[in-house]
Amino acid sequence: MNFWYSFLAIVVLVMLLLPTAAMLVWVERRLLGFWQERLGPNRVGPYGILQSLADLIKILFKHDWIPPFADAKVFVAAPLMGALAVMMSYAVVPMAPGWVISDSHIGLLFFLAMTSLAVYSVLLAGWSSNNKYALIGAMRAAAQTISYEVFMGLSLLGVVMLAGSFRLSDIVLAQQEGWFILPQCLGFVLFLIAGIAESHRLPFDLPEAETELTAGFHTEYSGIKFALFFLGEYLGVMLISMMITVLFLGGWLAPFGLEGFIPPIIWFVLKTFVLISFFILLRAALPRPRFDQLLAFGWLWMLPLSLINLLVTAALILGGQ
Amino acid sequence: MADTPLPLLPQVQVLSKDFAPELESSKDGVETWWITKEELLPLCSVLKNKLPQPFDFLYDLTAIDETRRKNGAPQRQDLTLVYLLRSYARNQDLRLKIALRADLKDAPSLCSVWPCANWYEREVWDLFGIRFDGHPCLRRIMMPSSWQGHPLLKTHPARATEMGPFSLPDEVRDFEQESLRFDPKAWGLKPTGLEDEFMWLNLGPNHPSVHGVFRIMLQLDGEAIRNAIPDIGYHHRGAEKMAERQSWHSYIPYTDRIDYLGGVMNNLPYVMALERLGGIEVPERAKVIRVMMAEIFRILSHLLFYGTFAQDVGALSPIFYMFVDREKLFGIVEAITGARMHPSWFRIGGVANDLPNGWDKMILTWLDEMPKRLRDYDKMVLANRILRKRTVGVGAYDSATAIEWGVTGPGLRATGFDWDLRKARPYSGYEQFEFDVPLAQNGDCYDRCLVRVEEIRQSMRIIRQCVENMPGGPYKADHVLTTPPPKDRTMEDIDTLIPHFLGVSWGPVIPAGEVHSEVEATKGSNAYYVISDGGNMSYRTHIRTPSFPHLQMIPVLAKGQMVADLIATIGSIDFVMADVDR
Repeated sequence: MNFWYSFLAIVVLVMLLLPTAAMLVWVERRLLGFWQERLGPNRVGPYGILQSLADLIKILFKHDWIPPFADAKVFVAAPLMGALAVMMSYAVVPMAPGWVISDSHIGLLFFLAMTSLAVYSVLLAGWSSNNKYALIGAMRAAAQTISYEVFMGLSLLGVVMLAGSFRLSDIVLAQQEGWFILPQCLGFVLFLIAGIAESHRLPFDLPEAETELTAGFHTEYSGIKFALFFLGEYLGVMLISMMITVLFLGGWLAPFGLEGFIPPIIWFVLKTFVLISFFILLRAALPRPRFDQLLAFGWLWMLPLSLINLLVTAALILGGQ
Repeated sequence: MADTPLPLLPQVQVLSKDFAPELESSKDGVETWWITKEELLPLCSVLKNKLPQPFDFLYDLTAIDETRRKNGAPQRQDLTLVYLLRSYARNQDLRLKIALRADLKDAPSLCSVWPCANWYEREVWDLFGIRFDGHPCLRRIMMPSSWQGHPLLKTHPARATEMGPFSLPDEVRDFEQESLRFDPKAWGLKPTGLEDEFMWLNLGPNHPSVHGVFRIMLQLDGEAIRNAIPDIGYHHRGAEKMAERQSWHSYIPYTDRIDYLGGVMNNLPYVMALERLGGIEVPERAKVIRVMMAEIFRILSHLLFYGTFAQDVGALSPIFYMFVDREKLFGIVEAITGARMHPSWFRIGGVANDLPNGWDKMILTWLDEMPKRLRDYDKMVLANRILRKRTVGVGAYDSATAIEWGVTGPGLRATGFDWDLRKARPYSGYEQFEFDVPLAQNGDCYDRCLVRVEEIRQSMRIIRQCVENMPGGPYKADHVLTTPPPKDRTMEDIDTLIPHFLGVSWGPVIPAGEVHSEVEATKGSNAYYVISDGGNMSYRTHIRTPSFPHLQMIPVLAKGQMVADLIATIGSIDFVMADVDR
């Protein structure tokens, strides 16, 4: 019974996630259009809302091409791995009380593990493509992920200490007194930056860096395999936004004592959407740093700051006891 | 130009005793010396290194096939090599000519004196088959390496009907594709024994940030560039050859497409050259209209540069805002000329039509709303810290290097070198306008952008002065060579009807002569070297474009950069490939 319940929940979640990610593409393009003084896709369906569907149909009917010089097996496996690793993370995200597939007591660690796994997808894609641009993109992705993962984990330890648990629903409930964004404001900023870097979004899109590497690690990909990378990216953006909501913005909890009016899931979705929009705004607003500057920023600023954050939080908790 | 207080030849003869060139008086007033090829290298090294106020800049290098010319200097033989040198300190040009026989087509290479001679000599070799002794890597530059013949020779066919039908069998296609494979040895690289340490990356000809079809072969150590070899010619359309089979008038649209972002700015040096040959005095109104339109196109081009430069360092939005501004401005261009990017609107002796009703209001409205938007862009692009980190100190060169490599325009002024043709040698009435020449000091990517942004503001100043002081009168010269000729009296007397009929059907016959005519174009110094043999078509038209030498300099800038720096550097040069390859 429990197994079938979980299975159903997984199916429902996947059925919801995939269309949402596709819609997100449309949302991003419309928002970018709005911010960039142009229209964005507005032809397919009302307000262009069916644009992603049209794109999907096109991409499904494309020739499923594997370059003759590529390592075929790895070439196919890489995008699958990326999308899967991101989707697995959703299993531990609590969206409302009890609305979670696996309320694991190591939920946060599972999320970190899955994000680290995602880099293999990029690395293998770049390697198996046997293309120099893809290779450089993959190298960048590997170095960037390693550098930013270090303080991604560290920046969260403050939250873990305050909540006293790695279980994500516990972390949400621990914020009933006040969201962690206030006591952990530094941790919040650090995690936000690391999150953008992990999802390879501008200004941290160096593995793709269109103007430099044409398309970076997915230069050789097309059709459905390319769509998987694309999907993975948008799922990643959503995931990071949800995690920030859970970890710092009180998850499904209503702000300003507004409980009762609106169901918790709506609060969760709203908070996530605001964060996603922020991600998109960043893309519209910022240029891209150079690769070595990005790494230097990670190691010389982010890492020491997250260590300081950790030490200060620990000292305050100890002092308070 | 030539009215320098110091006579040049005696000064040179002090330094090299036996030197006695034959002089030619040219219609454009540029001092022209016929020399022998043996004299070339010593003379150039004297001119560049020993002469006080030296000729430090090799402005142009080209050749003329003289075999079918009727009206030329008596010194000419089968081919003539033409060098145009410039002294910034004297503000003077000097043209050197070398006559060559068809069976002895060679000359010494000037690469040891001016590094920028490299590509020019390759071009002359490619298009005329003149060998340059001592050239480091004399290979074709415009045409494919498998090309037969030298296209700018008069014997080479120019029309499809003069050649057999085109076909591309598979084996030829494979051969051509294979010949594009990069072979370092063929590019004059000596083996260092470290080849396996580095990776060759082929950037282009199709790459999002090479602004057209431009190829650079990069030798990479990780992401650091050890060596860069630019390769051009993918956009070559034979514009100079086409000039030899178009009437003077019908060649104007081709000029628009040389710097395809420059629009009518390209027409200007061409029609000015013809007006000089034909002795046409352009009315004041036409001059001011020309200045106004040219400055509008300078803004259009600079705005595109500004946006793409930001895009090249990863900022996606500015280009869209600037396209909105350009769109409005194109609306104005369309209202005035009837076309947008390539109006081909200047005519020999004036412009195509008078200004339409209400043109001034449209321009003033645009001028009024633009400064605020420019300030926004400054905040968004120039003040952005990431962008500054990406571009300040990147791709820097000093004035001496810039002149050595033939850099002109904003790229030169970004090094602090104050030279703007509109001030130094005013043309088309620029001396009547008040404007400043923006300068920067460091000559890096950021400064090149800064100079152009300030130039947008200065161009707006000029346009406002044009609007406020537009003179009345005709928009076309009352001259028999004006094309199309004034028509008001054609139906009344036969003496006007006949020239009109000929001018429209044959095209005007421009008197024989040679003229070099130059403008400060959007990307640097753009010049037309037009030779008429007294026909209704050009005998030879050479187009000196700014982007050509700018690209040649890339290897110097690229060494030691990261790939991302190179992209920023390329973006900051502001070139279009049509302007390079012609």
